[in-house]
Amino acid sequence: MTLPIFALLALLIVVFALGVILARNPVRSALSLVMTLFFLALLYLFLDAHLVGALQIIVYTGAIMVLFLFVIMLLNLQADPEERSAVTTLGTAGTLCAAFVALLVYMVGNTGIAAGPASANFGTIQTVAEALFIRLMLPFEITSVLMLVAIIGAVVLAKRTIQ
Amino acid sequence: MNEIVPTHYYVYLAAVLFGIGTAGVLTRRNLIVIFMSIELMLNAVNLVFVAFARHFQSADGQAIVFLVMIVAAAEAAVGLAIFLSMFRNRETLNADEMNLLNG
Amino acid sequence: MWVEIGIATIKALVVLLTVLPLAGALGWVERKGSALIQDRIGANRAGIPLFGMNITLQGLVNTLMADPLKLLTKEDVTPRGADRFLHALAPVVNLFPALVTFAIVPFGDVLFIGDREINLQIAQLDVGILYVLAMVSLGVYGVVLGGWASNNRWSLLGGIRGSAQMISYEVAMGLSVVAMILTYGTVELQSMTRQQGHLIGGWVPAWGILYQPVAFILFLTAGIAESKRVPFDLPESESELVAGFFTEYSGSKHMLFFMTDFVEIIFVAAMVSTLFFGGWQVPYLFRDGFHFPWGTAIALPNLVVAILELLSFTVKMLFFCWFQIMLRWTLPRFRYDQLMRLGWKGMLPIALANVLVTAVVILLVQGA
Repeated sequence: MTLPIFALLALLIVVFALGVILARNPVRSALSLVMTLFFLALLYLFLDAHLVGALQIIVYTGAIMVLFLFVIMLLNLQADPEERSAVTTLGTAGTLCAAFVALLVYMVGNTGIAAGPASANFGTIQTVAEALFIRLMLPFEITSVLMLVAIIGAVVLAKRTIQ
Repeated sequence: MNEIVPTHYYVYLAAVLFGIGTAGVLTRRNLIVIFMSIELMLNAVNLVFVAFARHFQSADGQAIVFLVMIVAAAEAAVGLAIFLSMFRNRETLNADEMNLLNG
Repeated sequence: MWVEIGIATIKALVVLLTVLPLAGALGWVERKGSALIQDRIGANRAGIPLFGMNITLQGLVNTLMADPLKLLTKEDVTPRGADRFLHALAPVVNLFPALVTFAIVPFGDVLFIGDREINLQIAQLDVGILYVLAMVSLGVYGVVLGGWASNNRWSLLGGIRGSAQMISYEVAMGLSVVAMILTYGTVELQSMTRQQGHLIGGWVPAWGILYQPVAFILFLTAGIAESKRVPFDLPESESELVAGFFTEYSGSKHMLFFMTDFVEIIFVAAMVSTLFFGGWQVPYLFRDGFHFPWGTAIALPNLVVAILELLSFTVKMLFFCWFQIMLRWTLPRFRYDQLMRLGWKGMLPIALANVLVTAVVILLVQGA
């Protein structure tokens, strides 16, 4: 049951990711990315990462992609006739994917590493919070400062200068 | 029927995603599509983190994914603000038109 | 395994068959209620001609039978120049998160059938209420797509306004939920509802509103803003933007958008009653019967207890549905900048202060 589900999710993810880079219309690109991120969240749930899966939907598909779509709508972006052809993009994607996978096969090999069964509270909010607030406290604080800087930067950049 | 999915399958999937994202960055001209391909690459990395967190039964990997998401959100906010300013100046978001720094 | 899937399917069917007809009935409540408030009669002409007289049932036949028939048989128009696929996709994307959020709403305690204990909640997730926040975030896409795919500048304006409003009030909603999580120490809704059965001092049921009145007001306001109801309905304002982001939708697509509106009313009502008013808790009712604080105890079989709890939940949910509908016809609409100012400069600081005060109080009460 698990392998076919994984295969189906992986196929959907790859199909929608290809949709992101191949679509002419930026709105369709953005929507393909939303579907990719949604199925990735399902894959995270499959990997017993419940909090990360929920956060992926809340943060990535629910906020970041809405921001993307918002900007596309605001600027009324249409399909650009000067874009490169889909064949070039597909060819580049194929070469790069083959190269990366070949590299990984060489390094990781078919060692068949399979994860063992997860403990009962793996991936729950308590475990992740423990890791985040005890062992990774410094990166957490630095990321909050980064977030503050990003907010201030975004507001300053997007403001229209008052003439 | 209940065979476990080996961890390296997830790593290969992440590699494919990363390759697709890189191809998008290299070949597309629309700035927003380039940015979305960068997000694809970030998500590929997240997938590797979560897969290995599951493999080694360590919650640190998932906490790092949380931090990567925050960084991606901050980057999206600032990046889109920059795109808005660029659009106001140049009326287009074509990467080939942004050539003021060319020699 | 198949038994569990079967039980979950039955629970899902029960919830769906309650929510969808209730959404239709709320349409009737809205029309008749608004008519009563505005001192008129409301829609009551369409009826079934039977036995030589017109059976109108106070407008029920009109709203529940004639209106859906009209909407379903209308011509389905896609505006010229619009993206056909996205235009057709938007109503579905709008309805899907609204319906799916009912999966974690607990409508009862447990039901013992034979020796199997059935938790009266479709899915018990260990991310609990984060699932609700996730689905609410996904609800923005219906508005975004509906506004964009119509090739109409009023729809676009309504879509932009609607999505900005929704993402602003998601923040306040999330923070008020954080205060509730702090109070109950869990994100899981069924566990939160069970904790609301405790009695403070042996007399008062420990409902959420006694612990978090500010969070209640914030959550209710944010919920009404999320479902784009008056006083926050500028994205679809009937007097300004024609119909806002769903201007170009006719026939069954319009019906889907309208249904989403009412499903979201039911959802906000269900969440408010679960989080703040004890959900399915009846005061002094425990799993084996009533235990009054003055000593009387009435033993009840499990089925009767389950039915009482179901009734309690339904009553509370219906009360808040009615409340939101009344609110629509009582308050004027917020102007857009007032709305955004309220969301960011008003509710966000109050929500943050609420979280801070809650945390401090919990620390003091439980000892550092």
